Amino acid sequence: MASPSLIPSGDFRTSYAVDTTIFPTTTSRNFAILGIILTCFAPLVFSEYWLAILIQIGIFGIAALGLNILVGFTGQISIGHAAFFLLGAFTSAYISNKTPIPVFFAIPLAGLVTAMVGLIFGLPAARLKGLYLVIATLAAQYILLDFFSRAEWFSGGSVPAMANPFSIFGYVLRGDRQYFYVVLAYVVVSYLLVTNLMRSRDGRALVAVRDHYLSAEIMGINLTKYRTLSFGLAAFFAGIAGALYAHYQLVVSNEGFGIERSILFLAMVIIGGTGSIMGTLMGTAFVVLLPESMEWISAELKGSAIDRALQLNNNLTFLREIAIGLIIIAFLVFEPDGLAHRWRQIKTYWKLYPFSH
Amino acid sequence: MNTQFLLQLLVNGLVVGTLYGVVAMSFVLIYKATQVVNFAQGELLLIGAWVCWTLLTKYQVPFWLGMPMTLVFMFAFGILIQVVILRPMVGEPVISVIMVTIALSTVFQAALKWIYGVNPQPFPRVFTSQSVTIGSLQIQTVYVMSLVVSVAMMIGMAWFFKVSKWGLAMRATAFNQQVAQSLGISVKTVFAMAWAISAMVSAVAGVVVAVVNGVSSGLSIYGIKVFPAVILGGLDSIGGAVVGGIIIGLLENFAQFVDSEYLHWGNLYEVAPFYVLIIILMIKPYGLFGTKDIERV
Repeated sequence: MASPSLIPSGDFRTSYAVDTTIFPTTTSRNFAILGIILTCFAPLVFSEYWLAILIQIGIFGIAALGLNILVGFTGQISIGHAAFFLLGAFTSAYISNKTPIPVFFAIPLAGLVTAMVGLIFGLPAARLKGLYLVIATLAAQYILLDFFSRAEWFSGGSVPAMANPFSIFGYVLRGDRQYFYVVLAYVVVSYLLVTNLMRSRDGRALVAVRDHYLSAEIMGINLTKYRTLSFGLAAFFAGIAGALYAHYQLVVSNEGFGIERSILFLAMVIIGGTGSIMGTLMGTAFVVLLPESMEWISAELKGSAIDRALQLNNNLTFLREIAIGLIIIAFLVFEPDGLAHRWRQIKTYWKLYPFSH
Repeated sequence: MNTQFLLQLLVNGLVVGTLYGVVAMSFVLIYKATQVVNFAQGELLLIGAWVCWTLLTKYQVPFWLGMPMTLVFMFAFGILIQVVILRPMVGEPVISVIMVTIALSTVFQAALKWIYGVNPQPFPRVFTSQSVTIGSLQIQTVYVMSLVVSVAMMIGMAWFFKVSKWGLAMRATAFNQQVAQSLGISVKTVFAMAWAISAMVSAVAGVVVAVVNGVSSGLSIYGIKVFPAVILGGLDSIGGAVVGGIIIGLLENFAQFVDSEYLHWGNLYEVAPFYVLIIILMIKPYGLFGTKDIERV
């Protein structure tokens, strides 16, 4: 969404309905549609490697979007997002394996189940300040991961759970190239849904809770209801993303979904810009591309003095974590509005070019 | 029922619990004085342990000298973190500050793994290891040492807050920053001191754990276990943190007893504190001794 200052001259709004449209100008809508159409050709153009990265950005982007509803719009934090992501993955795998429900329906169902479980953890904390939700989600992270490693009937315990490939009307999608479209569809639908939510009464209530919860309550907004709602939504999108991930990888395991992954999700939201919907996608792209680019750099530096001094190959995982942490701190201190803010500035600059002042 | 085993575990629980209490105390110190929820408390403990380990093994410094050096380092380190990273965040929303400390913990954790590797390292023998027999129980001297150090630190902390000038200034700042400032207390210095003291106390706890179990990145779990303890005790109560820590330690070991005797689930003791956390949030969210935060609209 463009900032209000970017509205071209001669574009007057005469009703609230027009003022709150998703796309402020016809050009921005056309560009968005063009972007989606161009993305549709991605599987034909890109190599498997880049396609896998795009799919990851899409899947994690949906999860980060959920987290952004919570962090950016309601002003609460969750550090159990990875556990909910994983819960969605296991639930979808379980539903599609143990019941005749096809994968197509299993994914939204997994989202609903995750939202329910999220509410169990979020409800006690939602009555209190944001601080308590952080701690409750910390507990959720440990309890859920412990549950996954224990419940053999559900997640297979120590053995990774298998997930069926995505199928639609009996036609089974095989390979990244076909699965890409499923992820793309989900990304487009979720981002449209959330943008729409933010135009609605409920969305504005969430923002009011973030900006000043006491004033919000004075104005008749039920704090508990909206905090719970936003936590449920966050868990829902985490569940959807997890389910998509399960049917993409075709195998689900506990591995790599500890608290570090939850912090990665937070990083996506912060880097992209808290409270910015398109920023979430930028932040996700940044966080997904960061380890990849570090790998390219270390491959380039192989054998050089820096490589010998730092022993890049052995320590790349640690360096990556350090980089992520430092980048989060840097963004919070220097650019709290994230990449989305940068992007707006660039757009403003070009819009007014060459008369930027 | 195996009474012997239960007693042994409860003694362990008491020892571990007092350590949780000490770490929780230093957590609450920061929270009370500066309103920062510190997710990097466990890493402060870990840094203290590694610094002491390096001094003792790499540089062959004797323990009586190495320990004060570690404390001095942690004092400076605490101030450094506060001044460089937390001070620019003053006035930012609570969640931004929380996210900064989460990021800090990631950075420290990864940096320490990078420097020292992932394998646990044994701590040099500081005490000749023996065991004391009390009744029918065999208790290792390190455990007794750990208990004594923890209790001493708690008493020291109580003295600090009740009597010393700095402690009073800190309490005044926690009560009301503006009033404290008008009485001539430098809130900036108090913030820095809170971090410095908290880092020092955590480092002592870290060294104690290291002497008992060796140093490894797993030590930072103490920073996570702090949360059940402080929620149980009340987020802004130092006494509550101690009580909460001891209860969580005892409960953890009791869970292990129940688990190994009856349930055979495996690692129940690791997650039991988190179940307790959720239950407390449901029934008594401000903990045993915390101030109820009532806002009427």
